[in-house]
Amino acid sequence: MKAKPLKPLLLVGTLMATIVSATVLTGCNKAEAAKASGFTPQQMADNLFIVMSSDRAVYTKQVVNRLQNDEKIIKATEHWKDEKTLPLPAQMFRMGAETVAEKKPGFSYALLSLWPINKQNEPKTEAEKKGLQFVADSKGATNFYAEEVLGGKKYFTAVYADVAVSPACVKCHNDHDDSPKTDFELNDVMGGVVIRLPLD
Amino acid sequence: MAQKHKWLWILWSVVTLAMSGMATYILTGSDRRFLLPGETTSGHYQIELACSACHTPWLGVKEDACYKCHEAELKAANDSHPKSKFIDPRNADRLQLIKADNCVACHREHVPHQTGAMGVTVPIDYCAHCHQQTLTDRPSHKNFKFDSCATAGCHNYHDNSALYENFLLKHAQEPAVKDSGTVAQRQLLAFLTADGVMKPRPALTAEQQDAPANVTANAKVKEDWLTTAHAKAGVNCTDCHNIEDAATREKRWSDKLAPNACTRCHKEEVNGFLAGKHGMRLALDLPPMTPAQSRLPMKADAAHHELGCVSCHGAHEFNTRTAAVDACLSCHNDEHSLAYKDSKHFALWFNETTGEAPAGSGVSCATCHLPREKIENAGHVMVRVQHNQNANLRPNEKMIRSVCMGCHGLEFSLDALADPALICTNFIGRPARHVESIDLAVKRQMEIQKQKSKPRTEK
Repeated sequence: MKAKPLKPLLLVGTLMATIVSATVLTGCNKAEAAKASGFTPQQMADNLFIVMSSDRAVYTKQVVNRLQNDEKIIKATEHWKDEKTLPLPAQMFRMGAETVAEKKPGFSYALLSLWPINKQNEPKTEAEKKGLQFVADSKGATNFYAEEVLGGKKYFTAVYADVAVSPACVKCHNDHDDSPKTDFELNDVMGGVVIRLPLD
Repeated sequence: MAQKHKWLWILWSVVTLAMSGMATYILTGSDRRFLLPGETTSGHYQIELACSACHTPWLGVKEDACYKCHEAELKAANDSHPKSKFIDPRNADRLQLIKADNCVACHREHVPHQTGAMGVTVPIDYCAHCHQQTLTDRPSHKNFKFDSCATAGCHNYHDNSALYENFLLKHAQEPAVKDSGTVAQRQLLAFLTADGVMKPRPALTAEQQDAPANVTANAKVKEDWLTTAHAKAGVNCTDCHNIEDAATREKRWSDKLAPNACTRCHKEEVNGFLAGKHGMRLALDLPPMTPAQSRLPMKADAAHHELGCVSCHGAHEFNTRTAAVDACLSCHNDEHSLAYKDSKHFALWFNETTGEAPAGSGVSCATCHLPREKIENAGHVMVRVQHNQNANLRPNEKMIRSVCMGCHGLEFSLDALADPALICTNFIGRPARHVESIDLAVKRQMEIQKQKSKPRTEK
């Protein structure tokens, strides 16, 4: 009889131990991982950007610009699935960002612009607004770093210039019906990549 | 004192035993209906007693509960608002207004008093949370109310594949009825052999049937088998009737087949069936659906028909024409179903079945509700029948591309599907509603072109 009240206690204890251990085990976010491996959040973000921007430039130059503009084999269009064409480089980048987000890695990234074709991709947070203006003004020479609190969580936010690396970028943005800017030139800053690492 | 305690202990034991018994009954008993916190939506009520399909043991909602059944259709529709968009912390302020990274934020279950169309349980003006800017960016939208975005036939939260601006412009000038509309022809055998699911076999003759000698089949069964696709494709009696014993792994003849017996060759069709309202109970190992359990009007004499492959296709005749109309109308008894035989669609179907019109020119129940889908796979275009008859009804604009536009223009299709009265009469007459979306898209395009043709002024 006396053992009875122990059962709920044991249950509650086990449950709490499970919660505590799960919290400890899953609490290792990217920024902490970065510290443990010797990277500062800034170095971590810089390295992520190197991978992202390299892949983005390769797709834009070696796939889209080559096949669409130089060799005129296949077009890249916004409605690529319906039109049986290649995804646009910006869509390729966003699909990657969404696929990464589905895996919940702790960090996130987005392609934004002061002159977005889709208004949902204009800067929203203070860091985004300042950062995009900063990288546009510095013509991509300097990156922008800040800390910001979003939804009660602290983030390290880095903004990198997104530059028109090929004529395909310029032509598409200047011609698009929804583009608020139609006088982009090659190597202009067209927007920015925003990378966020959680600091809490 | 001791006597008093004794009675208290007895009372305690009785109460504890009663509560344990009740808990056991709740968790293992067959009828758990009284556990339901409120009426379940029409999408889920059939499986409402399979609590663990959606719930954790602690009565929370499983994280993947919705995606397990709905992920494929969201992906196929190129979901306009995927969860992954909202995981980005830049949307944290929006998530405080509406938890768009969680399906149940908008689709709560068991709350009938606040459940609207599509199982939406938030006020229908939810677009207002994030899209205020549209009122200024699109002058044509400035007087629109946010409760009309998703109700006027213009936008959907998840599936805009037939509604996006570029698509509207591309199909702006189409006639109400196109000149040559036919339904794609199935080529299942060709695909099964091309995919290696089945080796090509020669057609079988009556003498080659391989049912064991002690099995008696009547002449009609033999005739049905011989004259339909199975004998022609070399599929013999034992191919379906020899069932592997789970324990001995030995194959033995069985007169009766399990509902999923057709899976070996008709996997996609069975999967579609199990995903829709005809088969969703079987998918969760519940007893089969019967018309008696339906919330739609059904024929009384069909009330206890159990739904499986053969309930519509028959056991040996496998007549797809019967399955496409007569099988449906043997159970469904609602206004739309009853009006079908007076419709132009049926007239076309009748002409096809009597040979007066070419194959594929008729419009049966299945033409719209179990549509033939073209699937591109390794260079082949496969035409298969989607057996989830609910897939293109949530919302009904989903059937525009896969069904309506085979014969009708986009504008007519949008208007017709936005007119509930016309749907009731099975499209006898003309749409009484007009969806403005194509007009707005064309007007905007003309304005943009006009603007672009003006010479640019240097700043």
